[in-house]
Amino acid sequence: MNQPPAPTSDPPASAGAGPGPEGGNPLAQRDERWQIRVRGLHKTFGPQHVLRGIDLDIERGRTNIIIGGSGQGKSVLMKHLMGLLKPDAGQIWVDGVDVVPFNASDMGKLRRKFGMVFQYAALFDSMNVVENIAFPLIERYKLSRAEIMERVRDLLKRLDLANVDGIEKKIPPELSGGQRKRVGLARALIDRPEILLYDEPTTGLDPVATKNVDEMIRQTADDFGVTSVVISHDMASTFRIGDRISMLHQGKIVVTGTPQEVLASRHPALREFVETSGLVAPENGGAEA
Amino acid sequence: MTTSSSADNPPEVSPVERRARRALEVLGAPFTVILNYFGERAIMLGQALAALFRPPFRLRLFLDQMEFVGVGSLPIISLVGFFSGAVSAQQAITALRIFNQERFVGATVGISLAQELAPVFTGLMITARAGSGMATELGSMRITEQIDALSTFAVDPIQYLVTPRVIATTLIMPIMGMVFNLVGLLGAYLFSIYFEHIDLGQFSEQFTYWTDPKDYIIGATKALVFGLTLSVAACYQGFNVRGGAKEVGLATTRAVVAGSVSILVSDYFLIDAFHILWPYKP
Repeated sequence: MNQPPAPTSDPPASAGAGPGPEGGNPLAQRDERWQIRVRGLHKTFGPQHVLRGIDLDIERGRTNIIIGGSGQGKSVLMKHLMGLLKPDAGQIWVDGVDVVPFNASDMGKLRRKFGMVFQYAALFDSMNVVENIAFPLIERYKLSRAEIMERVRDLLKRLDLANVDGIEKKIPPELSGGQRKRVGLARALIDRPEILLYDEPTTGLDPVATKNVDEMIRQTADDFGVTSVVISHDMASTFRIGDRISMLHQGKIVVTGTPQEVLASRHPALREFVETSGLVAPENGGAEA
Repeated sequence: MTTSSSADNPPEVSPVERRARRALEVLGAPFTVILNYFGERAIMLGQALAALFRPPFRLRLFLDQMEFVGVGSLPIISLVGFFSGAVSAQQAITALRIFNQERFVGATVGISLAQELAPVFTGLMITARAGSGMATELGSMRITEQIDALSTFAVDPIQYLVTPRVIATTLIMPIMGMVFNLVGLLGAYLFSIYFEHIDLGQFSEQFTYWTDPKDYIIGATKALVFGLTLSVAACYQGFNVRGGAKEVGLATTRAVVAGSVSILVSDYFLIDAFHILWPYKP
């Protein structure tokens, strides 16, 4: 078994797809620690070079946060992890398999490993809560209505939605922001994914709702044992729930490590991000550098 | 192994060649735009049709769309059909009266409804009502990431969203055209008999003598083609929205314009094709 790389405040060295020291690619094996490993990922949209060689490791069973400013390519990176976008160059290894060359059918099977919670939940407006949550089961399996309802109700209970009056028959516009997020999470969890992706889950929520969503993410990771990947620019949330934090800046991962390691980093973009969020006092007393 | 110097240093392009290439680019630009326009829609249509033969077969979604496009459009089709028939009769009687031949009103209205008015007006009405609805719905789904959400569940968004809409619209259009025909004839009949006092026997005799199944086959075929073009135009615009609410509005406008124009343009070519197939014999 490969020795997992030690956490570092520097970006991981680009391993590429070349042969390892023993003649095999060390990324092409299931690693007990790292579930997703991204190497040299590039993506261009027209003249815009959004991802400029991403190297990133996602730790199994932990809450991995990817932070970065608006327009830095966080959502683009997440869509690559899920296979919704194809990179121009680079590899994405999921459990030791490079998924970039996958065709639509293989990608369909791979996506069963993933659940995704969208920024604004992306619930289907034409369906009620139960139909939304049950959608992946109905699409993928031939289950009886009773089995589906049992799993839906179990999730509604575990996500504190069961006590909302008439929740099952409500349609998305009748739900509050927090309830929508929870229903979106329930839909992502219903097929018991191994990896949960959250796209800016606290955007547009008030501080109390933000704290509740943070707790929900933490609780979900603990209860379901999933690997969580959270895209965020909310630093308070990041340090509240993150086991491992990576910063995306100008199309590259510039800092990665535990919250303590990240806080100790001297990278100017990260310092600015942390200091303007008010988590730590500016080193120069707030004066311009 | 030999190394090619041209690989390392690409050959210099002469100014004449550069100018020639630029001229070709400029001259070829309109063709590229046109090919791109039709190519993208043809690809979407191809994907939608290919998805039709691949499980899962989504009968419920297809029936939902039949209801939305067909049942939902019945009132407006009936209203427009009735008055179109009445107006056609009025115009025909005015023209025929010059020659003292008002009795032919049943025939002229019957043929023009069957071949032209019913398929074209039905297409325009369905574009305005259902085409705009499709573009808006798909556009909203795109900007709220519902289409991405479908992909995350390994559901093909083309198969789930586009195929039922295209197939349902294409199949329902001839039926709606027939409804337009019937209601239009009713309008023409009521106007001719009760307002213009045309003889009932002459009206129906001329209608049955001069119209034949060929007119209805032409009308139904046109309606089928119009259903295909308008639904592809609407789905393409909605499915490819990028941005926010403003872009959804623009996509809806483009869908209605593209759908209407495609109906009128394809109508011309279809008439030509039918004239070759069934030459007019007086």
